[in-house]
Amino acid sequence: MSSDSILTRYEPVIGLEVHCQLMTSTKLFCGCSTKFGALPNHHTCPVCLGMPGVLPVLNQSAVDHALQVALAVGARLNETSVFARKQYFYPDLPKGYQITQYDLPYCEGGGIRLASGKLVELTRIHIEEDAGKNVHGEDASYVDYNRAGVPLLEIVSQPVLETPAEAADYLKRLRSLVRHLGVSDGNLEEGSFRCDANVSIRPRGQKTLGTRCEIKNLNSFTNIERAIRFEILRQADVLDGGGRVVQQTLLFDAASGKTAPMRSKEESHDYRYFPEPDLKPVVIRPERVERIRAALPELPEAMAARFHTQYGLLDYDANLLTADRDLAVFFETTTRLVDGMVPPKIVANWIISEYLRSEGAKVSAEDLAGLLVLLGEGTISGKIAKTVFEEMVETGARPRDIVQAKGLVQISDEPAIVAVITRVLEASAPQVAEFLAGKEKVFGYFVGQIMRDSAGKLNPGLVNDLLRRELAARKKP
Amino acid sequence: MNAVEIATKVRSGALKMQDVAEQSLRRAREQNPALNALVHIDEADVRAQVAAQEKRLAAGAAMPLAGVPIVIKDNICVRGTPTTCASKILENFRPPYDAHVIARLRTAGAILLAKANCDEFGMGSSNENSAFGPTRNPWDISRVPGGSSGGSAAAVAAGIAPLALGSDTGGSVRQPAGFCGVVGLKPTYGRVSRYGLVAYGSSLDTIGPIARTVDDAAALFDVISGHDPQDSTSLPSADLVVDHGISGLRVGIPREWFADGIEPEVRAAVSAAIDVLRGLGAEVREVSLPNIRYSLPTYYLLATAEASANLARYDGVKYGLRVEDRGSSLKEMYRRTRSAGFGREVKQRIMLGTFALSSGYYDAYYGKAVRARAVITRDFERAFEHVDLLVSPTSPTTAFRIGEKHDDPLSMYLQDIYTIALNLAGVPGLSLPCGFDRSNLPIGLQLVAPKLGEGRLLGAARAYQLHTNWHERRP
Repeated sequence: MSSDSILTRYEPVIGLEVHCQLMTSTKLFCGCSTKFGALPNHHTCPVCLGMPGVLPVLNQSAVDHALQVALAVGARLNETSVFARKQYFYPDLPKGYQITQYDLPYCEGGGIRLASGKLVELTRIHIEEDAGKNVHGEDASYVDYNRAGVPLLEIVSQPVLETPAEAADYLKRLRSLVRHLGVSDGNLEEGSFRCDANVSIRPRGQKTLGTRCEIKNLNSFTNIERAIRFEILRQADVLDGGGRVVQQTLLFDAASGKTAPMRSKEESHDYRYFPEPDLKPVVIRPERVERIRAALPELPEAMAARFHTQYGLLDYDANLLTADRDLAVFFETTTRLVDGMVPPKIVANWIISEYLRSEGAKVSAEDLAGLLVLLGEGTISGKIAKTVFEEMVETGARPRDIVQAKGLVQISDEPAIVAVITRVLEASAPQVAEFLAGKEKVFGYFVGQIMRDSAGKLNPGLVNDLLRRELAARKKP
Repeated sequence: MNAVEIATKVRSGALKMQDVAEQSLRRAREQNPALNALVHIDEADVRAQVAAQEKRLAAGAAMPLAGVPIVIKDNICVRGTPTTCASKILENFRPPYDAHVIARLRTAGAILLAKANCDEFGMGSSNENSAFGPTRNPWDISRVPGGSSGGSAAAVAAGIAPLALGSDTGGSVRQPAGFCGVVGLKPTYGRVSRYGLVAYGSSLDTIGPIARTVDDAAALFDVISGHDPQDSTSLPSADLVVDHGISGLRVGIPREWFADGIEPEVRAAVSAAIDVLRGLGAEVREVSLPNIRYSLPTYYLLATAEASANLARYDGVKYGLRVEDRGSSLKEMYRRTRSAGFGREVKQRIMLGTFALSSGYYDAYYGKAVRARAVITRDFERAFEHVDLLVSPTSPTTAFRIGEKHDDPLSMYLQDIYTIALNLAGVPGLSLPCGFDRSNLPIGLQLVAPKLGEGRLLGAARAYQLHTNWHERRP
């Protein structure tokens, strides 16, 4: 059954729920550190351990972060919002309930625009506390409460995504946005950005939605696409076989590429939500909103547009560079330091191809700019520049030092170049004859020989011009 | 000796803290076996506290309760001390922190004498729901001291300590104070920090002073009240100004509270007390709290709903009881631990609260109770537009016998019929002794004030005590 035929007959309906950890220094309701990677249960206190008699106190900085996100997506703020208790029993939930927002979240609506231009609307965003982590050993299970109480935003999209690729794009943009704002580090592997996908399908043309399944805790963009794709096909199989899709919670097994039910016996939870009596309603005054709005950094979309107009970059390149705030800053700093010696487009190309390809290169903007200035001056050729860059990546040495040490300064001295050309031409009499007889292709052979002979140090532009001149001079009148 | 007197004499040097503490410890040893009012007492710790407080006093610390022994209800956390809430599920739990009120007491120089018995998790009106056995009323040990702060009230009535802290969610300070012939104050919700009070009904819980005299209760209240940033429902600090009396105050008698069901002797004593108030210059008139009859069902839906969530943390995972034979699944571990750890009344209330919040029933029960609460609160607000205080019996009866209401939970719940509404409305109330029945059992008078009206309550109660001597009788 080809997936094309499935997609002709069925329309996938995808909604995404993202749990995004906020980078506050302390937890949502107590003063414990939120820093990742501490020894188990080292970042705990009676409050986040849910000991008898403790009470939550709201971290206002988490609310500020939440407001930034709401403003960035254009959501409608609720001036008053209410925390609620969501009750269920599980060892990683110390109080036996999670403090979250239910009936009255702090904002609703808003949207994320995809690369295609499609605006994916959000249902709502709310603030809640994270649970701890269960660790399963051989004879026993253990719980680490370091994560319990860390602030989360739950960002719920409307079920308007139609393909796995759209889902991945939505998530990339959302992640880029929260990183841009500095409210989250958006790390899927470490769990600071977790995604659940709700997937259903319906025969094309049908208005009512099909039964949806929830795929939980997808931890990479690739797995998200794979899982959603598999699930769409799985549900299509079920329907094609005359069956009904059973609503269930699924996990994705990356090794097999399949989704599978999370529990053998699915129990639906009655969370018995009610307003949290230990916390007052959150009242967000307009002055606070305006203060935060005024302090918002430039958002990715606006930045990309500016790169396009200000630096003359292609939309594709602008989007790539602004997807990550650090990268965007890197580009602008390098461009500024280059100070026009090469056009911004060249800077962009270098970053997109060489720099990104060298994965995690610790090359500073100063050093890259230094290299590009050498290129722009004509001190080195483009080819040499690439070699130098590789060395910079490996050794961390500075471009001018490398050029100096390896004697890579491009030779632009005419007589020197002519000398090499002459030597090569004299050693290639048959090829010269062929060229003069009209075989244009041989020109490349000469260039190759010249470059080899000079270890690529000759200024290619000059080589070209002088070679033509020399060859022309050898034409028999 | 009363607390205020002790503190004054200790500060002046006329009395030694050590002597006061030793006397309380002696009294505890004598009285507690019969009363079972105290569940934990550590004499070495008491003596260590005395030594530390004596140093502080010598160094010139301001100590309004210098050297005064105080008994603490066992649902209030004292660092390093078993805080069991009279439950098997917390039998060996020692909190690593002090409740906010405990920190204030230590600063004030008080000596934490012992932990007091109570109804399990504050759920009860007789102290019979304790995993450590019932507490007995010092006036008649075949009878209950009231609950849930029965141990606290009994300890004060028996002269073990001049002060005690209890907690009041539906009457649990006032009703036992009434049964034991002592003064019990339920503060305005939010006026005393709940941090470190093991939660039962979060929107209803208060910590309140129990003492023999109004002056002592006022002194204790002054120390424990005030803003606490660790409690998000904590009110801004407000000075306590005890009014100079009752003359000129308008006192309301809610007609709905004086209908049927009051024991004749209780009714007589309360009437007499109202006459005393009148004689002191109060203007007495009838008022109405038209929706007050919904108090009990409203309370038993809201309190149990909140409790069902508050007690979910007792699951055998992190602290407290975990039964040895855990069974073969997580669910089994939970089930066995909670079945073994919780008493019957607690289980009943958890189930009731869970039901009230459950899908399909939320609106009919919990939702409706929230609306009823708002209506009852408005009844009080409207009444207080016409009067300054309300008055009622604290309980419809005097102390009943242990075991008498064991199979009649509804009858037990009706004990709180006059006290419960105050927790719903968040207003303060005070119980003080106003007489004795022919069996020499204390009768309590309840005064109610608007929010933040503790000064008015204490002033009126003090005026009453100046003109009567019920509070001077001893069991």
